[in-house]
Amino acid sequence: MSLASASLDRAVEPDRALNADSLNADARREARGMLALLSPGLFLVFAVIIVPIGWLFWLSLFDESGQLSAANYARFFEQASYIKTFVTTFKVAFTVTGACVLLGYPLAYMLSQLPRRAASICLIFVILPFWTSVLVRTYAWLVILQRKGLVNTWLMDLGVIGQPLPLANNFAGVVIGMTHIMLPFLVLPLYASMKTIDVDCLRAGMNLGASPAATFWQIFFPLSLPGLASGLVIVFVLCLGFFVTPALMGGGKVIMWAMRMEQTTSLYSNWGAGAALGVVLLAVTLALLGLFQWLLGTRATGVWSRR
Amino acid sequence: MLLSLAQSALPIGISGIEKRFGGVSILSDLSLDVAAGEFLTLLGPSGSGKTTLLMILAGFVRANAGSIKVGGEEIITMPPHKRNIGMVFQNYALFPHMNVFHNIAFPLKQRHVSAAETSDRVERALDLVQLKGLGERRVDQLSGGQRQRVALARAIVFEPRIVLMDEPLSALDKSLREHMQIELRNLHRRLGMTTVYVTHDQREAITMSDRIAVMNSGRIEQIDQPEVLYAKPRTKFVAGFIGESSFVPVESRNGSIWYEDRKLRMNDAAPSTGRHLMVVRPEKLRLIAGEPTGDINALPATVGDVIYQGDSFVCYATLKDGRQVTLRDYCRSEVLARLPAPGEPIMLGIDAQDVVLVTDQ
Repeated sequence: MSLASASLDRAVEPDRALNADSLNADARREARGMLALLSPGLFLVFAVIIVPIGWLFWLSLFDESGQLSAANYARFFEQASYIKTFVTTFKVAFTVTGACVLLGYPLAYMLSQLPRRAASICLIFVILPFWTSVLVRTYAWLVILQRKGLVNTWLMDLGVIGQPLPLANNFAGVVIGMTHIMLPFLVLPLYASMKTIDVDCLRAGMNLGASPAATFWQIFFPLSLPGLASGLVIVFVLCLGFFVTPALMGGGKVIMWAMRMEQTTSLYSNWGAGAALGVVLLAVTLALLGLFQWLLGTRATGVWSRR
Repeated sequence: MLLSLAQSALPIGISGIEKRFGGVSILSDLSLDVAAGEFLTLLGPSGSGKTTLLMILAGFVRANAGSIKVGGEEIITMPPHKRNIGMVFQNYALFPHMNVFHNIAFPLKQRHVSAAETSDRVERALDLVQLKGLGERRVDQLSGGQRQRVALARAIVFEPRIVLMDEPLSALDKSLREHMQIELRNLHRRLGMTTVYVTHDQREAITMSDRIAVMNSGRIEQIDQPEVLYAKPRTKFVAGFIGESSFVPVESRNGSIWYEDRKLRMNDAAPSTGRHLMVVRPEKLRLIAGEPTGDINALPATVGDVIYQGDSFVCYATLKDGRQVTLRDYCRSEVLARLPAPGEPIMLGIDAQDVVLVTDQ
């Protein structure tokens, strides 16, 4: 610090620079003050993010006998069940994210076009389930979708189907239950970004000869993409680590990454293997986010770099 | 010819437009004819309905009643994208996800113009608004004035029948705004498109327009050429909104006009018996010595304050009845030599041809 300021002083000719020393001292004092103010936050980041992740990584490097080894990672390539879990996890995450987009985009669009009052009432219906326990909602879906649940009973009574549809305790059940839980995470950021789209831009589109459909696809949709992207990332990442709904709705047939971790640590008490699962999930998630960022970054036509 | 709009310019016939929002009348029985190729300005304070009228013309707002004919064709129920009307928005409304070229090419793309012709026409439009070579720029890399030009190029590149402008210069700083006013006017003269321009800036309206429609609470108060509007305002609102005015109460009786016990000379015939207001513009008043001769009226007053402004001076004077009037004159040496002092009694002269009366309401 003092070395740097000394060379700085020399550069501006010390005997000429009016008050240079006290101004430099003042700058250093300010920097120290800022650091002091930052320190509680930095400590928190260190204590609750850096240390636990480091510890997790450390743990993953030891096998059951406490020997340093790469066995926990080698297992992913050797055991088919791990690969299958991995594939299932991504299949669920992709399907749920896709379902959320298909349901959530029209919903957010409708909300953004409604008058303010009607929109806030409708928003309550989006947020209300959000405040209800995930466990309660998952059991509710189980009641509705199971073999003799509401949906199957009604459809059979109406004569639409002869056999009960397999809606629960399988992949479909997991996707339905998770979509319900994830939907607000997509709708809320998307709605917020749609609200910022300038009405005059849409008017300009129509004024310049674009039909309502053309105006939507050429102007509204591209302008809503940043909001869609952030909702998509939130949903996808949350899906990758989701536990409760797949555990209850999957009926043991749909094993996701988080369930594997739970089994490994609480059933087999293999902390090293569990930690390795965590590290891999974290690494894959970060890699995906990085890829996403890169994809968006290369399409730098204003919209993406604007926000 | 760069873009040939002159042949396609069409007249607009607006009649009986009514617009209510939740029981509040915004426009009432509004009628207006715009000639082909005319630059007409809707001038009025905020809330006068000028922007609503423009929105109805563009098709973004549905009127409750009325008719809009463009070249004889009724368009009141035509959706906006079929109207073929160019519009420049107040905030420009450029598409932020497209570069300058694609913004300007947008209306051509909707009309399925070939790629070669599109790039040709966009280039010509860019040239016209003096943005040559900026086609690849992103919108957020442009200055306010450049955005304005892009919006203008986009509104005329498809050779629309009519161009609407909603306070397009209000976001620019003063010197740029004055520069763009001249540029817009020259562009209009060159291309000859029928233009409806909305502004609340009376100076802008006077500078640019062929005719000005002064709007007030949903009605057109007066529609005339700028010089007529300034010289012969028909209502107190128009006189007050366009230029600076003081109002002096006068009375019409027995076919002549009286200010207190002084009979006023005026060129126009005296209006109906009753109370009226004389519109007094600062530059129409001058200092005279003693009682007037010929066609000059004199108003005795007392000087309140004299403010020297370099090229001109402003004198605030109080008439006998306590009413304030303002006099402005250029600082010629002979005027400066007998500049009045505060508190001094003076005579203010106004020519008979400059006496304009409006009703007192």
